Amino acid sequence: MARLDGKVAFITGVARGQGRSHAVRLASEGADIIGVDICADIPCNGYPMATPEELAETVKLVEAQDRRMASAVADVRDFRQLKLALDAGVAELGRLDIVCANAGIAPMSFRELTIDEELEQWDAVVGVNLTGAFNATRAAIPHLIEGGRGGAIILTSSTAGLVGFGGMQGSGLGYAASKHGVVGLMRSLANALAPHSIRVNTVHPTAVRTMMAVNPGMTEFLQNNPDGGAHLRNPMPIDMLEPGDISNAVAFLASDEAKWITGVTLPVDAGFVNKL
Amino acid sequence: MTGVSEVRGRVAGKRVLVTGAARGMGRSHAVRLAEEGADLILVDLCEPLPGLEYPLSSREDLEETAELVRKQRRRAVTRVADVRDADAMRAAVAEGVAELGGLDASVANAGVITAGTWDTTTPEQWRLVLDVNLIGSWNTCAAALPHLVDHGGSLVNISSAAGIKGSPLTTPYTASKHGVVGMSLALANELAARNIRVNTVHPTGVATGMAPMSLHGVLSGPRADLGPIYQNALPVQVVDATDVSNAVLFLVSDESRHVTGLQFKVDAGVTIR
Repeated sequence: MARLDGKVAFITGVARGQGRSHAVRLASEGADIIGVDICADIPCNGYPMATPEELAETVKLVEAQDRRMASAVADVRDFRQLKLALDAGVAELGRLDIVCANAGIAPMSFRELTIDEELEQWDAVVGVNLTGAFNATRAAIPHLIEGGRGGAIILTSSTAGLVGFGGMQGSGLGYAASKHGVVGLMRSLANALAPHSIRVNTVHPTAVRTMMAVNPGMTEFLQNNPDGGAHLRNPMPIDMLEPGDISNAVAFLASDEAKWITGVTLPVDAGFVNKL
Repeated sequence: MTGVSEVRGRVAGKRVLVTGAARGMGRSHAVRLAEEGADLILVDLCEPLPGLEYPLSSREDLEETAELVRKQRRRAVTRVADVRDADAMRAAVAEGVAELGGLDASVANAGVITAGTWDTTTPEQWRLVLDVNLIGSWNTCAAALPHLVDHGGSLVNISSAAGIKGSPLTTPYTASKHGVVGMSLALANELAARNIRVNTVHPTGVATGMAPMSLHGVLSGPRADLGPIYQNALPVQVVDATDVSNAVLFLVSDESRHVTGLQFKVDAGVTIR
């Protein structure tokens, strides 16, 4: 019997990257998936968002694990849109056990910005990373409580959610603030939901090989900032983690192996935070 | 001698125990506290310890600290004692308290450091460093507490940036300084009801006699990759002992009367990088 047999997991940002990896991994352990993605670009973000084709590909990959997937296009910043998608998924798949608030953006900017551009980036990154995480949990918690079987909420933070490196522009600061904010959300929810046996934890990845970390803007930044680059290197001998490395932690936290684990900030970071 | 009624300062009339007082940060704390009106019980080992790569202070050093305190027209009682020896600490503090008429605070400052990669670190180094830095801090608190439990007070335990982050190549030291945090947090809980505050201070590098040259050798040679871990965020290489003494002064003074369980970083941001 697989660790997640019979369970249903809700995942945001599911069309590619870490979200897709989590979906396939949880499905391989027996879970059905409810997945959403924005599938549209966010204008102030320096790299493209996922496409409807990528979302369809994730569905195919989950189905290849012999599991079902209910997918929808939804913007995590829009609570009602997100709730509609989740409610439909729960109606279709019958229950909810696991929540992965994974959708995130990092609108890094590598040039002088106008204040209007900077404000727009701040709004976008805080909206997706923090408000989006709140919206996902807010929409999901009634289903978890109603199910009466406990549950597991895993919020994707970042090493930037534990230590302070965000530069001094709205984009980087918004990323750092939103990822720290996710920890506050987690800590409070962990306390509030513990009586329902609903566990809430964060994972804190260092750089992962996805579009967020491997895009022309980021690559150029790292090449032009060798000092920052050296300091931002992982102590363990690896440049960039794979999405599956993070899914390992997510799957563990989602499973009953972690049934007494809540309120944990779990770094999956090759020693990055411990170094700082 | 100035009369007590004329004493001015942020810790006027307080009686404070400082260990490792003969030189370095201990002397700096003593003098800074005396400047602000405190009387001092000054304790130091005043002899070398086998296993350390740098010399320790002398009796002359301890006497000079006492002179510096007296120059501020404050009283100083000196005792040569080993913080590792609980009985000796109890006796030294009791004698000092008898002479000064009471005790209001202690500063567990005495500390030692060894340096080296894991494969050169010995059990003897572990025992020495934990004995002085951790059990010595405990002995200091335990010697002070009987004199504080009736009227409250402030225990200040000197940890380190290495008590917050994993400073490498000084593993016993780093472990001992983390231990000081655990001890202090636990004591802070236990003693809060007695109005005794317990806080730690976490300095980044300070230029004092506690100078393990071999650490610089390893950091400038085979493990230069670890150097950035020791880099401060603020543009300063090392801070002055007085910078740390100012934090100690705040924690001894009534300005911090509701502050306990604090890890007070005086670290130029080395732990946030």
